[in-house]
Amino acid sequence: MKLAYWMYAGPAHIGTLRVASSFKNVHAIMHAPLGDDYFNVMRSMLERERDFTPVTASIVDRHVLARGSQEKVVDNITRKDKQERPDLIVLTPTCTSSILQEDLQNFVDRASMSSDSDVILADVNHYRVNELQAADRTLEQVVRYYLEKARRQGNLNISLTDKPSANIIGIFTLGFHNQHDCRELKRLLQDLGIIINQIIPEGGFVENLQELPKAWFNLIPYREVGLMTALYLEKEFGMPYISTTPMGVVDIANCIRQIQKQINIWSPILLGKKFDFEPYIDEQTRFISQAAWFSRSIDCQNLTGKKAVVFGDATHAASITKILACEMGIRISCTGTYCKHDEEWFREQVQNFCDEILITDDHTEVGDMIARVEPSAIFGTQMERHIGKRLDIPCGVISSPVHIQNFPLGYRPFLGYEGTNQIADLVYNSFTLGMEDHLLEIFGGHDTKEVITKSLSTDTDLTWNSESQLELNKIPGFVRGKIKRNTEKFARKNNITKITVEVMYAAKEHLSA
Amino acid sequence: MSIKISETLKFECETGNYHTFCPISCVAWLYQKIEDSFFLVVGTKTCGYFLQNALGVMIFAEPRYAMAELEEGDISAQLNDYEELKRLCIQIKKDRNPSVIIWIGTCTTEIIKMDLEGMAPKLETEIEIPIVVARANGLDYAFTQGEDTVLAAMAHRCPEQKIEIEKKEKIDDKSIQEIFDFLPLKTKEKTNKSFNLKNKIPLVLFGSLPSTVASQLSLELKRQSIHVSGWLPAQRYTDLPTLGEKVYVCGINPFLSRTATTLMRRRKCKLIGAPFPIGPDGTRAWIEKICSVFNIEPQGLEEREQQIWESLKNYLNLVRGKSVFFMGDNLLEISLARFLIRCGMIVYEIGIPYMDKRYQAAELTLLQETCKKMCIPMPRIVEKPDNYNQIQRMRELQPDLAITGMAHANPLEARGINTKWSVEFTFAQIHGFTNAKDVLELVTRPLRRNNNLENLGWTNLIKIQKG
Repeated sequence: MKLAYWMYAGPAHIGTLRVASSFKNVHAIMHAPLGDDYFNVMRSMLERERDFTPVTASIVDRHVLARGSQEKVVDNITRKDKQERPDLIVLTPTCTSSILQEDLQNFVDRASMSSDSDVILADVNHYRVNELQAADRTLEQVVRYYLEKARRQGNLNISLTDKPSANIIGIFTLGFHNQHDCRELKRLLQDLGIIINQIIPEGGFVENLQELPKAWFNLIPYREVGLMTALYLEKEFGMPYISTTPMGVVDIANCIRQIQKQINIWSPILLGKKFDFEPYIDEQTRFISQAAWFSRSIDCQNLTGKKAVVFGDATHAASITKILACEMGIRISCTGTYCKHDEEWFREQVQNFCDEILITDDHTEVGDMIARVEPSAIFGTQMERHIGKRLDIPCGVISSPVHIQNFPLGYRPFLGYEGTNQIADLVYNSFTLGMEDHLLEIFGGHDTKEVITKSLSTDTDLTWNSESQLELNKIPGFVRGKIKRNTEKFARKNNITKITVEVMYAAKEHLSA
Repeated sequence: MSIKISETLKFECETGNYHTFCPISCVAWLYQKIEDSFFLVVGTKTCGYFLQNALGVMIFAEPRYAMAELEEGDISAQLNDYEELKRLCIQIKKDRNPSVIIWIGTCTTEIIKMDLEGMAPKLETEIEIPIVVARANGLDYAFTQGEDTVLAAMAHRCPEQKIEIEKKEKIDDKSIQEIFDFLPLKTKEKTNKSFNLKNKIPLVLFGSLPSTVASQLSLELKRQSIHVSGWLPAQRYTDLPTLGEKVYVCGINPFLSRTATTLMRRRKCKLIGAPFPIGPDGTRAWIEKICSVFNIEPQGLEEREQQIWESLKNYLNLVRGKSVFFMGDNLLEISLARFLIRCGMIVYEIGIPYMDKRYQAAELTLLQETCKKMCIPMPRIVEKPDNYNQIQRMRELQPDLAITGMAHANPLEARGINTKWSVEFTFAQIHGFTNAKDVLELVTRPLRRNNNLENLGWTNLIKIQKG
């Protein structure tokens, strides 16, 4: 048992549901007790989703506990098949239901006989993998299922597209700025003259998965989700993949150069020409993106040697560390990730760019580290933002777990050349806010004129008896003053001099009338 | 509009495929209510993830609750439950020093049959902090019923009303009197006092309310010269009310049926079955019922109710004639529907997770009377609703307002149906005369908002209307 208040990555089924509900016309059925469908709330609220989240629960209740699910799961699957006619139904166990050890595969086999949809069982161990690992696993499972199906039916077409093309793998719902990143990646590839073959899972149809092998290469923007799929496609179809995250000027260039190398394997044969992206990289770096110029400007000079701490998922924490250290000259006192399963890769990425590396999924450890290091700014998740609030250190949010404010309506990619601008703003704003704060503290605030009294009331003619005083103290601080004023106003109007609890509530009713 | 609305209260039961919060969410408001408590939720990552996301910012305020997160070793019994819980509870005692630790049992502890009730007394003596066990799991309960399980467990911990001891005290007093006969006055006073107390019928109200709302309700009863002798729960665990055979109890929320049963059967209290003090009509009926039990003629209640209705005029103009659809997720639905019907609204359907017809009897009667009085057809009451079917029904009925969970709110809004998020009713102050306005404030918010946006021509915001 572990005493825990907060966790960075959610339970496995959340990952599965995120992948399933990102595809179009795929329905997930959770084998779960009442209340476990909280995923629907998150998707509906955080993503401000207009459509009903295609996730329902086959409820595990007392009866199921006593007698087993029996027909219930099968009925729920076939019913959903009739109602929504999805292409695929994914049966998803939860931590609770996986202890029941029911033969869910059997339910799936039975249900798939009587329904038009394909039915699969999400194959994840709830006590060994977290949300991100499960998402990675599920995506691979779905892709494998459809490619093997196509192969069996002889529909598999593995000839490459005429023009260079790419699959973008790993964009999905509730991902950190994923929608914006996706748009930016599409633009980048378009600029390079590369066709987008498929984007999965977000907005993709499972029926189209058999087209995946037609792309020249796969692009995996985030390491957390998509790598397993890329490895599978490489092994089965010899498809190369690029997993350098195009975040920050340097890594975008790296990523583009790798793309160039990949497509130049085939293009002299198929198209009779070689691609050269160097002029594009140069133009974008020096003139389109403002980040390179920013790091040269005097603004950024002021940031030199300032201390920062970075924490987040492996992809974002590693990239941001590299950007801060190499592109802006900021000193990274500590960088860390909660992706413990990817520790080796992470260490290798950041070891030369920071003083210290922290791999943990315990937020108190992160908090203690921040308190000890006392950086000028933090770049982390929502948790680090709150740690920063408590310690009075500004924080830029660079990774999930996230809150609704991290699903902005405006265009805010982290990837690609526009992403570099966004990141530069984020970094600069975090630091200046910190500096401004500091200056204010030294000079005693913007407004040095003292306000004599915050309340309009004077205590001369009115007395509060001890009960009403006690009652007043129960009212939350931010409205207490207002309530006090209103009560006294009411009392004066009615020639009451002694304020009792009754007077307080009479005043409230009077006001609301 | 082919769906017919019946003339009498009609109860239906659907599949139970509906969205609601897990009952462990009760820790969110109970830890704030009971100031010296600590809630330990014994469950998995799923429970933790729910709490973390559902309670949002509260998580960061060093809450007095935590997860005892079960790991693979706990599930497969490689670790000793007792030792593990002991370790965590000692840590909690060291860090927070609470007056009580409340263990919340979850689905997982049910399935692996972890004997929390068995372990608690043993551990309690070992670490010298009371441990209360409540099984607030999603296998058996929905959302607010979590509070019910906690309060039912707590009812066992309330001190026994000591009538016997009082008598003994008096005898002691006498003997003191005999020995120290130079102190006659003081002893006399003492006996008189206990005599008075005995004559006064103790009334304990149960249900967790913000302390301001609790004192508003106590005050209403005080006006009728009824003294509330205690609340379950009190502000502190150490102040739990005394219970016993002579004690009358009355619920203030519709989801407290287990607590009511426990108070009656185990603590021998007398239950006052009344409608719940939600809305001015409910509040009046609630006070009247208590008065009638205590043989008191209520004073000035009618005027008071009238006065509140007067003050609600502006809101009533907005809601009159509008229709409501309750999808059902927090068990407040019957009381809210009754109040809204009295406000002049038409209720198509009352979805509700669980319907205790005995505990809610008075409320159901009031609902029926209200429908008759307002000449409005009785709504159908759907227990364990099926959200999918409900959405189909809503598509036909096109209600002016759907009171629903957050999972459906945005998708319904996108389809042009006004929604109010139901969970807000559990967190807002809705009890008593004073807060009737707050209920209508919530109900009318989407209507008022949409009055402002009406002429913009973008009510329907989805691309293809499926099916």
